[in-house]
Amino acid sequence: MTFNGWIQIALFCAVVLALVKPLGLYMTRVFTGERTLLSPLLAPIERGLYRAAGIDARHEQTWLGYGLAMLVFHGLGFLLLYAVLRLQDGLPLNPMGQAAVAPDLAFNTAASFVTNTNWQNYGGESTLSYLSQMLGLTHQNFLSAATGMAVAVALIRGFSRASARTVGSFWVDLTRCTLYVLLPLCAGLALFYVAQGIPQTLSPSVEATTLEGTKQTIALGPVASQVAIKMLGTNGGGFFNANAAHPFENPTALANFVQIVSIFALGAAFTNVFGRMVGDERQGWAILAAMGVLFLAGVAVTYGSEAAGSSVLNGLGLSGGNMEGKEIRFGIPASALFAVVTTAASCGAVNAMHDSFTALGGLIPMLNMQLGEIIVGGVGAGLYGMLVFVVVAIFVAGLMVGRTPEYLGKKIEAREVKMAMLAILCLPLMMLGGTALATVLPAGLAGPANAGPHGFSEILYAFTSAAANNGSALGGLTGNTLFYNSLLAIGMLVGRFFVIVPALAIAGSLAAKKTLPASAGTLPTHGGLFVGLLVGVILIVGGLTFFPSLALGPIVEHFAGAAGQTFPAGG
Amino acid sequence: MSNLLRPALVLLVALTAVTGLAYPLAVTGLAGIIFPAEAAGSLIQRDGRVVGSALIGQSFTDAGNFHGRPSATTAPDPADAAKTVPAPYNAANSMGSNLGPTSVALAERLRGDVERLKAENPGQPVPVDLVTTSGSGLDPDISPEAALFQVPRVARARNLPEDTVRGLVTAQVQGRTLGLLGEPRVNVLALNLALDDLSRR
Repeated sequence: MTFNGWIQIALFCAVVLALVKPLGLYMTRVFTGERTLLSPLLAPIERGLYRAAGIDARHEQTWLGYGLAMLVFHGLGFLLLYAVLRLQDGLPLNPMGQAAVAPDLAFNTAASFVTNTNWQNYGGESTLSYLSQMLGLTHQNFLSAATGMAVAVALIRGFSRASARTVGSFWVDLTRCTLYVLLPLCAGLALFYVAQGIPQTLSPSVEATTLEGTKQTIALGPVASQVAIKMLGTNGGGFFNANAAHPFENPTALANFVQIVSIFALGAAFTNVFGRMVGDERQGWAILAAMGVLFLAGVAVTYGSEAAGSSVLNGLGLSGGNMEGKEIRFGIPASALFAVVTTAASCGAVNAMHDSFTALGGLIPMLNMQLGEIIVGGVGAGLYGMLVFVVVAIFVAGLMVGRTPEYLGKKIEAREVKMAMLAILCLPLMMLGGTALATVLPAGLAGPANAGPHGFSEILYAFTSAAANNGSALGGLTGNTLFYNSLLAIGMLVGRFFVIVPALAIAGSLAAKKTLPASAGTLPTHGGLFVGLLVGVILIVGGLTFFPSLALGPIVEHFAGAAGQTFPAGG
Repeated sequence: MSNLLRPALVLLVALTAVTGLAYPLAVTGLAGIIFPAEAAGSLIQRDGRVVGSALIGQSFTDAGNFHGRPSATTAPDPADAAKTVPAPYNAANSMGSNLGPTSVALAERLRGDVERLKAENPGQPVPVDLVTTSGSGLDPDISPEAALFQVPRVARARNLPEDTVRGLVTAQVQGRTLGLLGEPRVNVLALNLALDDLSRR
């Protein structure tokens, strides 16, 4: 570890923190329907959309109506994306003549983008046409991100309203989030990325003759516009196979810094939206503090482990840390930071290959996802995931002192706790259940490229990433098979919608309750005690659930590696 | 249900048109006007033909050129399309090695490369980036140490004084952005182009 490395990490934290209040204020205005700076430009477009769609912007939905609207919208989006992928060979903007995407891969990719996972079983530059990238992937990047934020806002309304039937209008939240938050920010970011060197063109690949006289085909495309939303919307699906490690997706250290900031920016600011909407900004800061504690611990472990290198590297006298799978322009600290940020949020973009990380350096990304990506988390998704844990933490606190738990003046009762547990339990079911299946079935065992505990990690990481809707991978796993395409797609769909629907149910039941005034017996939820309790509950739930599987993968690999053991491929 | 279908369909189509077509096409148009060279891939031309991109590494094997990092990219096997063969710096199929820290294949590859480089420049520690593959397989850069390590070989092959070549490397080192972000680096293609210019003079 170097001093400069920690300075880079500190600067990152400072910039994210500085953005929390301004972005939080702006987004609060957007979601409460107030006028914003961009209203003169966008309000006519917004009204036109509502008129064409037959939407009354003042009509709000119950939690069930909100959830149904979300599901119908995503069902149609899924069909559209699947169709574009299957038909891309006959559609325009296909200068490289890519063939139609195979049915199982199209199913996997459609599920992956609709759920904000963006798992890459497709090869980007080698499989998809420009139209598929723009019309198929870029638009789902926007809409799945907007949905995450819409659901989070609905849940916040559950806490902030009293004796109310409705939690907002899905159509309005979706439209306003896309038009007022995502589009303007992305347009600015995309142009900045082009200035840094990310291509943005509809021309086909370029044929270069290298200095030594060989031919090099350089893949191009409308990359910058997709990278902007892929990061800001915590989607993470790459234009190219190597994702943000590719120099055309992430050309400079500065572009890299802006990309990691934009992964966290909206998610972190959402804690402030929460605080403002429930009328006490300190509540938002307390939640962000819990996230920050877990985040910094993860960064320290991953950075330390990557900087220390592996026993194989050190045995050969190679100093300077584990550079296998990392790019020179980022180096160890910016690669380690990126890996922790992308898995703490549900982004899943990578600027270094996680498969080649050291055992402990790779353990943290996996653990971040297993905890449910609540450390800042996906845009919106991180906050509603965290609030689900808050419900459990408050419940535990209530049990300890023997009185009915309450949070922000709302009684937390059986229905809320049941729904919270449902949302929390569906993740390990898909992560561990899928891994268990894959480790006994021949089709699953055919996947890993590495042998021994690292091969097990590859499988565990895949199902973890899918159910958590992250999308990063230990890329050695051959995932583009019928078995993995199907099973991972199911994991993604369950991991997304079996969390969203219970979260909306909690929103509905909370909104209907009265708000009680705080009394002497109320646990203050803006102080250090509550932050500690929340972190403790997250670690105990996550640790108890996932420690055995982590012990079989990265932890065994760490000790085997330290003892100088290596494993032959294909074993 | 039917009262959900119309808003869902209309919003899906309209927002798809805005975010999936209007937005990328508008950015393409603007970028082409404001940053035409970057938008087209930062291509480098010499004598009227494209020799590569400033951002994309390429394979160098001649003793008289500085070499980039090992690359794990592959291409379809011409003999059997279902298989792949190594094709370093294939800029149409980016990828890393994905070898884990306890992989025998990685350990053997590293050992072989370290021995080869030690024989080339005995007495100098082998820089780690010269034997590890990058994440993309297209890393355009090497560390300043990795460039300086290769100076004796390049100078010998080009019949240039070592000090001249070393001076060229030092001039090509790019520091951290704002003195803070990333790592110091040398762009291998730019370095070799500068070397060609020097030899030609």
